[in-house]
Amino acid sequence: MARRLKILLAKAGLDGHDRGVKVVARALRDAGMEVVYTGLHQTPEQIVNAALQEDVDAVCLSILSGAHMTLFPRVKELMDEAGIGDTLLSGGGIIPDDDMEELQTQGVGRLFGPGSSLKSIVEYFEEEIPRRRELR
Amino acid sequence: MGRLTLDDLVEGVVAGDRRCLGRAITTVEEGDETSWSLLKRLSPHIGSALRVGITGPPGAGKSTLADALVRELRTRDLGVGVIAVDPSSPFTGGALLGDRVRMLRATEDPEVFVRSMASRGCLGGLARTTQEAADVLDAAGKDIVLFETVGVGQSELTVASACDLTIVVLVPEAGGMVQAMKAGVMEIADMFVVNKADRPGADEMEFQLVDASRYLISDGRRPPVLKTSALKDEGLAALADEVLQYREWLHQGDRLELRRKAQAKTRIRELVRSALEEKFWSQAGVDESLSVAAETFRQGEQSLLEVAQSFWLSVREQIAVSDIS
Repeated sequence: MARRLKILLAKAGLDGHDRGVKVVARALRDAGMEVVYTGLHQTPEQIVNAALQEDVDAVCLSILSGAHMTLFPRVKELMDEAGIGDTLLSGGGIIPDDDMEELQTQGVGRLFGPGSSLKSIVEYFEEEIPRRRELR
Repeated sequence: MGRLTLDDLVEGVVAGDRRCLGRAITTVEEGDETSWSLLKRLSPHIGSALRVGITGPPGAGKSTLADALVRELRTRDLGVGVIAVDPSSPFTGGALLGDRVRMLRATEDPEVFVRSMASRGCLGGLARTTQEAADVLDAAGKDIVLFETVGVGQSELTVASACDLTIVVLVPEAGGMVQAMKAGVMEIADMFVVNKADRPGADEMEFQLVDASRYLISDGRRPPVLKTSALKDEGLAALADEVLQYREWLHQGDRLELRRKAQAKTRIRELVRSALEEKFWSQAGVDESLSVAAETFRQGEQSLLEVAQSFWLSVREQIAVSDIS
């Protein structure tokens, strides 16, 4: 049997809006994935530490505070330094399309904005992760 | 970057590298061929960590208490690993692992390795491979490995046979003696903690546990009862002291050796049981015979025992379980 997908969901920085991330956590769990939720107010260092300790297939940030252009690149940088740059970095929140494109050029995976269906999120991980596991 | 080989993992684990530790635990969680070769290579480094189980009913404050205990142990300069188990859904196999949320101090300290595990269908409060994950942390040189179990009731007691020290956490409103007198969760305790002791009823609960602990004396040792309030940060230094005193006690004479041997027996027995069971039920024809037997039973002319016996006789010829690998 194939190994279960293991996903880290994190809330970074001062952003305290966690309703969305909890809905996503539940959807991923119900799709048979193992979801590690960090709780609120995590620093990029704590998030990458959790990614290393939990050996996850994807690191996902939920950001509704507008700090995405700082937090995503910082987490990506720390992941590269820690040797897990091949692990998927994804997430969602209130992120303008232009910023999503810009972040994707920096190696961040697909990001999900308001109105994204839970099904599309589940399907993205189910397709993307097996491909990346070949690299790990 | 790039893939980690078995050599990398062995070397990285012993050196305490976080990425290698994380990957090594994933490897042993799979329980496949590679996982056993890895553990075999690590075995010279395994055995010195004290394995401490923290168990109790849901909502007793196990994660919060584990977090506070980790901090106390860290001030005493001890290396600590934590394995926090949460339940998997029996329907989808998915799991929401939320123990890190309650372990903010432990997860902030890069020297403390915290790993969440999904129980993956295992019912005793731990996952099937929790012991193997603890082996990996042990090999990395951790002095103490804490298991934080799934919230347990009155009968899920696997943790006791997996640990050197079992701490049972209860709360003041745990239902008084009628609940606590029930077998099982009382008998596995090497130590009791009345957590949330800032709430009313803590003294009463403590008194009743102290009274009950008279009947739980084993090897000349009576399980102590401690009161803690993780919220008010009370009683935690005393708990850490008690854990370390227990460690000394365990190292006297052949106590540790006896316990470790019993643990090994349990692990071997469990591995054989699960492998045999899996092999047996997956043999060709067994499932069909089971359906036939079920029909016979439903007709109501034979007892369940008779049906089970004829089921066994009908399948035992067909099956050949020659090895359990």
